[in-house]
Amino acid sequence: MVKLKPMSEGMVRIPSGCAISGMFSRNGKRFSGEDIIKSIEIMHDRSNGLGGGFAAYGIYPEFKEYYAFHIFFDDIEAQRRCEAFLDKHFEIAHSSEIPTRHVANITEQPLIWRYFVLPFTSHYISKMDEREYVAQCVFTINSDYKGCFVFSSGKNLGVFKGVGYPEDIARFYMLEDYYGYCFTAHGRYPTNTPGWWGGAHPFSLLDYTVIHNGEISSYDANRRAIEMYGYKCALLTDTEVIAYIIDYLHRKKGLTMQESAWVIAAPFWQTIERMPEQDRALHQYLRMAFSALLINGPFSIIVGFENGIMALNDRLKLRSMVVGEKDDMVYIASEESAIRIIAPVLDKIYAPMGGEPFIATLNGTEDGYGSI
Amino acid sequence: MGVYDFFPEYEVVRNDTTCVNCRVCERQCANGVHSYHPEITPARLLADSTQCVDCQRCVLLCPTKSLKIVQSNNTYKLNNNWTKKEINEIITQASTGGVLLSSMGNPEPYPIYFDKITINASQVTNPSIDPLREPMETRVYLGSKPEKLTRGPDGKLQSNLGPHLALAMPMLFSAMSYGSISYNAHESLARASEELGIFYNTGEGGLHENFYRYGKNTIVQVASGRFGVHKDYLYAGAAIEIKMGQGAKPGIGGHLPGKKIVDDISRTRMTPEGSDAISPAPHHDIYSIEDLSQLVYSLKETTAYTKPVIVKIAAVHNVAAIASGIARSGADIIALDGFRGGTGAAPTRIRDNVGIPIELALAAVDTRLRQEGIRERVGIIAGGGIRSSADIVKAVALGADAVYLGTAALLALGCHLCRACQTGKCNWGIATQEPDLVKRLNPNVGYKRLVNLMRAWQHEIMEIMGGMGINSIESLKGNRLMLRGVGLNETELGVLGLKHAGE
Repeated sequence: MVKLKPMSEGMVRIPSGCAISGMFSRNGKRFSGEDIIKSIEIMHDRSNGLGGGFAAYGIYPEFKEYYAFHIFFDDIEAQRRCEAFLDKHFEIAHSSEIPTRHVANITEQPLIWRYFVLPFTSHYISKMDEREYVAQCVFTINSDYKGCFVFSSGKNLGVFKGVGYPEDIARFYMLEDYYGYCFTAHGRYPTNTPGWWGGAHPFSLLDYTVIHNGEISSYDANRRAIEMYGYKCALLTDTEVIAYIIDYLHRKKGLTMQESAWVIAAPFWQTIERMPEQDRALHQYLRMAFSALLINGPFSIIVGFENGIMALNDRLKLRSMVVGEKDDMVYIASEESAIRIIAPVLDKIYAPMGGEPFIATLNGTEDGYGSI
Repeated sequence: MGVYDFFPEYEVVRNDTTCVNCRVCERQCANGVHSYHPEITPARLLADSTQCVDCQRCVLLCPTKSLKIVQSNNTYKLNNNWTKKEINEIITQASTGGVLLSSMGNPEPYPIYFDKITINASQVTNPSIDPLREPMETRVYLGSKPEKLTRGPDGKLQSNLGPHLALAMPMLFSAMSYGSISYNAHESLARASEELGIFYNTGEGGLHENFYRYGKNTIVQVASGRFGVHKDYLYAGAAIEIKMGQGAKPGIGGHLPGKKIVDDISRTRMTPEGSDAISPAPHHDIYSIEDLSQLVYSLKETTAYTKPVIVKIAAVHNVAAIASGIARSGADIIALDGFRGGTGAAPTRIRDNVGIPIELALAAVDTRLRQEGIRERVGIIAGGGIRSSADIVKAVALGADAVYLGTAALLALGCHLCRACQTGKCNWGIATQEPDLVKRLNPNVGYKRLVNLMRAWQHEIMEIMGGMGINSIESLKGNRLMLRGVGLNETELGVLGLKHAGE
């Protein structure tokens, strides 16, 4: 991890308010990053210039079989050490600096590189599956390699983030030049000065990207539970813990995204009791089996995953979030304005209830593995 | 040597100008403190303070409020080393040659960590929640969580949960045997548990035949004497508790004097009338952890794996390692009993010197089980020194699933903590088997008072949770960031896993 400045991420817990936006084509049609920039920009006042970021799915079709690692380095020395690690564990198909342009408000950027990699099969085949191996390598770099931080590690997707207003960050990364079928965006309003690029959203592991608005009051209950399953919460941010919970439930436990959402924002017992027998049994089971992973306190999150997108509010809906649909396009944002600016005419627009997940997947696919 | 060993520590003070000689006090005191003297002029009541245990019965039943009990100001020459307590205990033992006996929890001035922990609340970045307007969940399930999920051929998740206890709020009444407390006390606890949707615990005394109807709110205990244990008994309860130890007297068994083994108690305990019931210090079939596992599975086999098994241990120095062993023994729930936990009778030296505070034991156990990745295998009940809803919130945030309440429940029933249970002459009808005394506790009133107390605490817990922005008790469990220590040193903070206030 990079050298921490006083009071930066990982040393103190920093609550944040935020803006979120996401858009997704069910047909898998690729479109430019221009729209997501417009969408997040109109919510400028919901951020304070201390963090912005984007996730873009479907942007690397030429390398879609490879894990795309986006890495921040503090300096060349850190990069050399990290590359030695990558060389040892992965076949690197391509590496390059991520193209950026000069933007006046964006300063103190680290070295930002990307690597398209495949793990050496012999390293993991008898011990674990490929994704677990890649995840462990990411954890190792982020915790043991000072000055290096892998902030994107999925296939055919990329996270672009930094310290600044989200629209400035987008211009910095030239996001309008990327074409994908799903984009999410985040503008951060932390109550402290994190000053570290890794702390911006999205938080990502493998194909999962999470952007989040809110402050979870169950943080330490969730953190202590998820750390028991082998995750190390180094950043002390809510988003990190949410991302790990989703990874644990969806990838490791084999729950569908829908079921994962029911764990994270479980229906109230009084609601469960009114359900038909079969639903009641399922919800009771999920709450009892995963009680420590219930996320409490205000949040709205957008989760990107391999073939879909999920939006979810806390059970009381203590953060604003609306969903709009137009043809095969799905739009999610903190405010309706952020959807109308790019799609003035919609087939429908509504605010999902607290705890009611909105999930969209590529046509013909499901939201989970369905097997354990 | 004097006429008596020492001047009474508490004196009965009567206001003769307001006393109307109604003699209620005389009739109410089982210790014979008050006596009426028509031979003196004017005829009046006198009190023998040497017999007084300060149970407050006469004070609260005196219709003219003419009585009070005060701490005596008679004093020995002050000595910070040889205090009055130390001197009096030596005098007593020199007179009797016996082991000193005491009741209820450790009263000595050890630190109370609950009082050095404060609770968080939401401000600005996160709204507090009003429990009067929004759902506020205090329901708790106690038991073992599954390690693997399974799906049926239809892809639906299959329920593979072991047996659980469902509690409407994170409280249970702790083990107090029929024998140590009265029939009416047990009836009050059983009926309150039923109404509240929680549980009471039989303790080691069996289950009276009249109380089988409260079985779904009953935890039946199996202790070292195995008193009252038979198949129907095990099946009667919602859960089975193996008592390995008790916070008030770790390492010590129990002794119910033969004079308390009368009628029903003898039948319920399955021991002969009039003969002492002695629970050995250890279970003689459990000399190590592998033996415990055998008993856990014996009980599970007997009840066809339909009941969760609780293992209750006293909080002692290596409690974390012991708990870790228990979590792997097949037990579903671990009950930890701190050194302030109550008792009907214990050797004073044991009660006051053995064991550790529940706050530290609980934190150490929760931390250890998490380090080993097995916290979800067991539920944790913490007991021994829980005095209020705030203590419960703190215990849950330290890592407990629920708490055991003993002393607090007795206080609700009328106990005034005179700590003389071992005499069997409880004037409030709780820790006695004398029919005239037992009937003073009306179970219709007693159960209602327990319900009142628990409901009040539940409301307070909801208010505190709402203030923190938490609307479900499971999000409070182990949420130590919601707590801060005040005036604790680094070691204490380290064991408790807390930051200091201001950090």
